[in-house]
Amino acid sequence: MTDALVPLVVLVPLLGAALALILGRHPRAQVAVSTATLFAVATIATLLLIEVDRNGPIAVHLGGWEAPWGIALVVDRLSAIMLLVSALMLLGVLVYAVGQGIADNHRETPISIFHPAYLILSAGVFDAFIAGDLFNLYVGFEILLSASYVLLTLGGTGERIRAGVTYIIVSLVSSLFFLSAIALIYGATGTVNMAQLSVRLGGLPEETQLVLHLMLLLAFGIKAAVFPLSFWLPDSYPTAPAPVTAVFAGLLTKVGVYALIRTETLLFADNDLTIVLLVIAAFTMLVGILGALAQADLKRLLSFTLVSHIGYLVFGIAIGTLSSMTATVYYVVHHITVQTALFLVAGLIERVGGATSISRLGGLMKVAPWLAILYFIPAMNLGGIPPLSGFLGKLGLFLAGAEAVDEGNVGGAFAASQTADAAWVVWVVMAVGAATSLMTLYAVTRFWNMAFWRGRGEVEGFSSRLTQSLQEAPAGATLVATRTVPPSMVIATTGLIALSLALTVFAGPLFDLSARAAAGLLDPSIYIGVVFPGGVQ
Amino acid sequence: MSASLTLVVLAAVLFGAGVYVMLERSLTRVLIGFLLAGNAVNILMFVMAGAPGLAPILGDGVDPASISDPLPQAFILTAIVINLGITAFMLALIYRSWWLAQLGAKGDQIGDEADLDEDMSEHADLQRSSHEDDEAIQRIIEESDEEPDDEFAHLDLDEPDGFTRPNPPDDPATGRPGSRYAASGYSTDDDEGSRA
Repeated sequence: MTDALVPLVVLVPLLGAALALILGRHPRAQVAVSTATLFAVATIATLLLIEVDRNGPIAVHLGGWEAPWGIALVVDRLSAIMLLVSALMLLGVLVYAVGQGIADNHRETPISIFHPAYLILSAGVFDAFIAGDLFNLYVGFEILLSASYVLLTLGGTGERIRAGVTYIIVSLVSSLFFLSAIALIYGATGTVNMAQLSVRLGGLPEETQLVLHLMLLLAFGIKAAVFPLSFWLPDSYPTAPAPVTAVFAGLLTKVGVYALIRTETLLFADNDLTIVLLVIAAFTMLVGILGALAQADLKRLLSFTLVSHIGYLVFGIAIGTLSSMTATVYYVVHHITVQTALFLVAGLIERVGGATSISRLGGLMKVAPWLAILYFIPAMNLGGIPPLSGFLGKLGLFLAGAEAVDEGNVGGAFAASQTADAAWVVWVVMAVGAATSLMTLYAVTRFWNMAFWRGRGEVEGFSSRLTQSLQEAPAGATLVATRTVPPSMVIATTGLIALSLALTVFAGPLFDLSARAAAGLLDPSIYIGVVFPGGVQ
Repeated sequence: MSASLTLVVLAAVLFGAGVYVMLERSLTRVLIGFLLAGNAVNILMFVMAGAPGLAPILGDGVDPASISDPLPQAFILTAIVINLGITAFMLALIYRSWWLAQLGAKGDQIGDEADLDEDMSEHADLQRSSHEDDEAIQRIIEESDEEPDDEFAHLDLDEPDGFTRPNPPDDPATGRPGSRYAASGYSTDDDEGSRA
């Protein structure tokens, strides 16, 4: 019975998109269709998570064709968790976008295109999460990317076209890399089924494995915005409408991270790039956060912190022990909700204050105390202040790192001679991680001080070395007249913040669930056994 | 596995050319580069299918070992369809960015070519009617017995503001200021249109 639910996760949003396109002239009907669609997916994802957690992963062979020939969809605990979190997050942002669209008379988000594109984006994301073979993963990526091109260039203003071109070309190049990698992997192993690849790739010569492994890392690294491949992100995300940026920041990079997790745990579990990944993680954190410190504009600042926090996830993936994967899964969930909530708050600040740059904002505390609370909670969460989920996730990662060094177990199967090298690299990366956390806190509290605590009258003619050295957004920066804030935007933001607080309150059960998911990830034989009940040839 | 060397070389050349063209600043060339590199990937995938064989249809007396691998062909078809969609989107994007670069933000205020045509015909109407007015005035002047006063002829009653340039001397043959509009702003519009 639950098997039948798996393909629905992709089918329902696609059909919803078609329906929304037909209903292009009836905005209210469109809103109803997309809300119902995402609500249905969230329900299905909940059912799948319960089922998968109880009875182990589910594999569905589309069209009844057995695994190596047909297309397999696989839902394990990680997939189900990702499905549920992303469905809830997409639903929240949809409510926000609808509220904004109604208040603005659909100027920022031309509604007839927005809804179908948004649903297709969701379908692509869900497809990537349940893909059981590499080519289906590629198709999922392409679906979500094509929809994201449309969403990023909504309205077609000069600024968005300029930002969109960078984003599109970078994405196209990464897709070419991914497709070439698939071609080479198929040539080397004769299959694209991930369960079968997990067995066959191990039999290839070491060097061939390394080339294929690096090609996949390159393709996914661009999508996840990992250090040397991350420069496109802060330039392209901030210009889109607030809800679109929120979805991109929360989800799209995490799809790349999800693909990285699968690559490291399932496909190339034995082929070790631990040191490389650790160094990349450190640079991603450091370069990202240093970029954030130089920004005056909140949206750009948040885009840079987004890059830097991907570094924590790469760190967790690189260590590759049970506790580090547990913390990584928890951190992904935390980061999706908190980053999305912050971008939504940035959209609210833009409406209330008319800008997102700290050199133009002031006195928001007096104007909108509720907004101050909405900003403060996720900002502290991102900075990693103790009781909140950001702290718990980082603590989990650092504990896992220290534990792995103690046990001489960095990167799973690691040669004894290299463990000593790996040990000090791990310590350095953890130090960088702690520093990054502090700098994140500095960046977000600086915005808080300037935008919320500074009096409105101080903004005019305010000069300090701080503001002079900051980078403003490029010409044509957003300066929107103050408009009303519709309640649904506030409700959606509050909902996501409540979700992130729930991650803190229910951290215990969630860590247990993440631990079960991580155990499934680290034992590929479970995944293989589900796809090939009769064993792999 | 045996592979065709020609195809490998072709894929390599397409890759090289595609990457080279993609590095240009012009968006159209970037798109062409993407198409070349995309086709290179498709050929690479085709090469990975191994030795070509019979059409992949199983039937009586067909040895499964002698047919070609159908899976890469399915991949290539999917990739081609995806490339087509992305190319269409990129072309729209390129047109839009060209439009913005040519006209800037005011490009959005001009409706479309139909509006431009309408403006042109309005212009033509205006020109025709002012010609008629002009002739009518001239006739009135000629009907009166007095010789046209130089001061009176220069008073440009029917000219809109902004077009008061010194009139050329009246045509000696007809005594009419007929060439006046040829030198004024109205007809140069047409000239510019034909030159552009």
